[in-house]
Amino acid sequence: MTPTWTISSAFAGALLVLLPPARMAGSARIIALAASLVGMIAAALSCLARLNHPDAPVWRFDAPWIPCMGIRFHLAADGLSLTLLLLTGLIAVAGVLFSWNVEKRPRAFFAWFLTIIGGVYGVFLSRDAFLLFVCYEIVILPKYMLIAIWGSTNREYGAMKLTMYSIGASALILIGLVAAYAAAGATSFDLLHLAGADYPAAMQAWAFPVLFLGFAVLAGMWPFHTWAPTGHVAAPTAASMLLAGVVMKLGAFGALCVAMPLFEQGLGLWKPLIAGLAVVGIVYGALTALAQKDLKFVIGYSSVSHMGFVLLGLAAANHWGLRGAVLQMISHGVIAGLLFGIAGRVVYERTRTRDLAALRGFDLWRSLPGAAVAFTLATAASMGLPGFSGFVAEISVIVGLWKVYPWLTVGVAIGIIITGAFSLRALQKTCFPARPPADAATAPPLPPLTWPEISAIGLLLAVSLAIGIYPKPWVVLIDDGLRSPLFQSILPLP
Amino acid sequence: MHPSHTILFPLLGAVWLGCRTGMSRKGAGRFALVWALLSLLLACGSPGEEWLLPWMPDAGMNLSFRVDGLSRLFLVLTGFVVSFAIAASLRDERAGRGHHALVLVMQSALFGVFTARHFIPWFLCWEMTLIPSYLLIRLWGGAGAPKAALRFFIMTLGGSAFLLVGFLALQLSAGTMDFSELGKLAADKQLTAALAKTFAASGLSGHTLLSIIALAVFLGFAVKLPVVPFHAWLPAAYAEAPAPVTMLLTGLLSKMAVYGLLVIFLPVFSEVLPALAPLLGWLAAATVLLGALAALAQTDLKRILAYSSVNHLGYCALAIAAAAAMQGDRSALAAALSGTVLQAFNHGVIASTLFFGIGILESRGKGRRGLGDFGGLRARTPVFCGFFGLAVFASLGLPGLSGFIGEFLIFAGVFALTPAMAVVSILGLLLTAVFLLRMMRKVFWGPLKPSLADWPDLTGFERLLFGLATAMIAIPGLFPQVLLRFANPAIIELLDLLRPTP
Repeated sequence: MTPTWTISSAFAGALLVLLPPARMAGSARIIALAASLVGMIAAALSCLARLNHPDAPVWRFDAPWIPCMGIRFHLAADGLSLTLLLLTGLIAVAGVLFSWNVEKRPRAFFAWFLTIIGGVYGVFLSRDAFLLFVCYEIVILPKYMLIAIWGSTNREYGAMKLTMYSIGASALILIGLVAAYAAAGATSFDLLHLAGADYPAAMQAWAFPVLFLGFAVLAGMWPFHTWAPTGHVAAPTAASMLLAGVVMKLGAFGALCVAMPLFEQGLGLWKPLIAGLAVVGIVYGALTALAQKDLKFVIGYSSVSHMGFVLLGLAAANHWGLRGAVLQMISHGVIAGLLFGIAGRVVYERTRTRDLAALRGFDLWRSLPGAAVAFTLATAASMGLPGFSGFVAEISVIVGLWKVYPWLTVGVAIGIIITGAFSLRALQKTCFPARPPADAATAPPLPPLTWPEISAIGLLLAVSLAIGIYPKPWVVLIDDGLRSPLFQSILPLP
Repeated sequence: MHPSHTILFPLLGAVWLGCRTGMSRKGAGRFALVWALLSLLLACGSPGEEWLLPWMPDAGMNLSFRVDGLSRLFLVLTGFVVSFAIAASLRDERAGRGHHALVLVMQSALFGVFTARHFIPWFLCWEMTLIPSYLLIRLWGGAGAPKAALRFFIMTLGGSAFLLVGFLALQLSAGTMDFSELGKLAADKQLTAALAKTFAASGLSGHTLLSIIALAVFLGFAVKLPVVPFHAWLPAAYAEAPAPVTMLLTGLLSKMAVYGLLVIFLPVFSEVLPALAPLLGWLAAATVLLGALAALAQTDLKRILAYSSVNHLGYCALAIAAAAAMQGDRSALAAALSGTVLQAFNHGVIASTLFFGIGILESRGKGRRGLGDFGGLRARTPVFCGFFGLAVFASLGLPGLSGFIGEFLIFAGVFALTPAMAVVSILGLLLTAVFLLRMMRKVFWGPLKPSLADWPDLTGFERLLFGLATAMIAIPGLFPQVLLRFANPAIIELLDLLRPTP
């Protein structure tokens, strides 16, 4: 199975789920599950193939698309793209499983869902800046639909804010890309061609921040992160998982593979500011999460904090930093997906509340022990305890950071402590009763976990643990991607 | 047989307990006890070969574990205290499957801490103790447990965060986080040079950089040990946790810090230790004295013993600080280091025995554990009084019992190395006797309180447990060589690193 299977299965699935007649609308979820499974398996097999044949040429598909402008339909799957494809596949499968009970217009729901997945696959595979931008834009409309139609708290506001931010950011990206295209001779949008061109220093100084900011907005960079918590909270479970799990990674991926290689001098100029903002984001996100009353807001702000590590790794712009940034993209994708799945589907659908004070009354530790254990493990993963994926990513970023900005490590250490505090606070308030009950539990019995939920939780937890205990294959794949000629200007090969 | 079997065995039991949803409370308790005893046996017999798993091999990070004599001593202590604690929790009506599974997870993590040879696996296991102990305090503790557990968790995590960040700087500059490789680099005085080279841009000397890192790493250990003023989490956590969990906290978790200071802190930071030694020494002396004074001021039995633990582990910190000074002759250093190991082992046994006794008082007294709630129990429960008194005397360092030998060696070493600190700390010894004897007097002597008139003496099972614990206290007291024989090779290795023979 070549990596094209990922894109084609997602878009084909998006069309196929519309086919069943209204009385069989429920079968949409089975089609969606099949489509996302195909994508995940294709991504996993491609990763394995790449691991087994690290010296084989990178799989690519290159065909002319709009010849007069030099735009090509250019896809390539190096190790970096492959790991992110696998992440997308995992989140897609888990998202469908966590949406198993969607009753409201399930066909449309899964069609939009799979369209996002297809667009995300497209971004991760594109090697042509124009194609990448098109796939990037494909994601915006379905995001709006999912939140505005199937969302909860404040959904119109959340959806509109997210869309406005996305469109504004896209405008910045477009300006940066077109400027680069024109300055590089207006012959090709190919990323390698654009990265190889020589831009004047004055242009790099303004074009880099424009392009980087365009992408970093979607990656949740402080102070442009405000779309993230409201969007995450308003979205239905599967959409929160997608937003936090993969859509934020689109921004980080764009920053890494487009903004940084194109304008490496601009990067050199601006990276102290980016690193500073990233650390502020880590600490600010964690502090804000500490003060939230809604469980989903806690997770939403924790996403801002965790994505700060990605930006910090990018700003460090050395081997450890970039590797850590990609590891954190994958790790946060899996963990945020898991947390949103548990909070939005498993807990909320049963208790009908996400208010931390109200959740205490349910005493989940007794009334829903499976969810409590899963949430405890997910919390441990989220606070970056060793053995889970977050730890691998964080130490890589910190080693990279020591090399460039040693003093910022103090800020990161403080961020880690506050992350521990807010995660634990959320865990205490969600799962444990206010005081240890002296008498028998008064909590009302809740329906036990269903099989789709258990398998989705198990899948995501297993991946997080697998990365934490045996990160080697992931690191090998990521390094394979970082050796690509695209990053030559940032990470010269020894 | 392989070290991995020893380390993973308790975890396997925990998974088994987690999956058997139908198991009764009693069945789970019996299973956990048998499983813990089996892992004690495994710990005694685990071979010395290395267990190595690649983790991030391109950066030299591997999960490597190896059992040497010193580790084995701590493994045996772990196996003993865990089995003891599970046995003690059998009568607790609330401790079921989940409780025992968490204890077994903690045992696996502790086994890992005491055998890891590289920072990554060590830190993995070090942090892995955190969630189980937090949950055990939080879910099975008393009314104040939520706050106590949270404070315990956050303070420990805070110390660990700085420890982690510090070690990552070493990875970057020295290119390794393997403990023995770092120790060798430090012995050759190359660590400061590597740091100065890597962080040339900061303009600081390698010595200053390594000192900063050493303090960050010390912070991690200081919270866990604990050293004053980083002990704020301890009294509440020890008091609110159920007695069997407190046995684990004081008997084992604090020993992770002693072990870490001995095996990691001393060798890796030997280049800058002489400069830091006075600071560490006075912190340790403050721990000894303030621990004892605070214990004097308490009226809650559990808090008295909690501060007594602070006081006793202060001696370990004192010996480490004295060793860090790097003056004096080899024999004094050897005495201080051997004393630390013995004190850690014996305190683990004695303190868990004492908390076991307090647990019995607490359960018979329906949750009361104030100093004034009891009195004259000697008449009603002579056997209990005898066993408990023996543990108290061991704790205050009566010669012939195990508490004496560790403190004796520590003071012998510290006097030769840094006399001033030794003189200050010796006051702590006097105060220890005062508060422990006061506790004995209030609980067991004097007229019998009428409300205690129908108290039964120890049951057969409790007698058995106390008997075994007493044997563990008496034998090393009479024959300290039993323990030292295991620890000696590691101590000599450490000596060679710190003070090479010319």
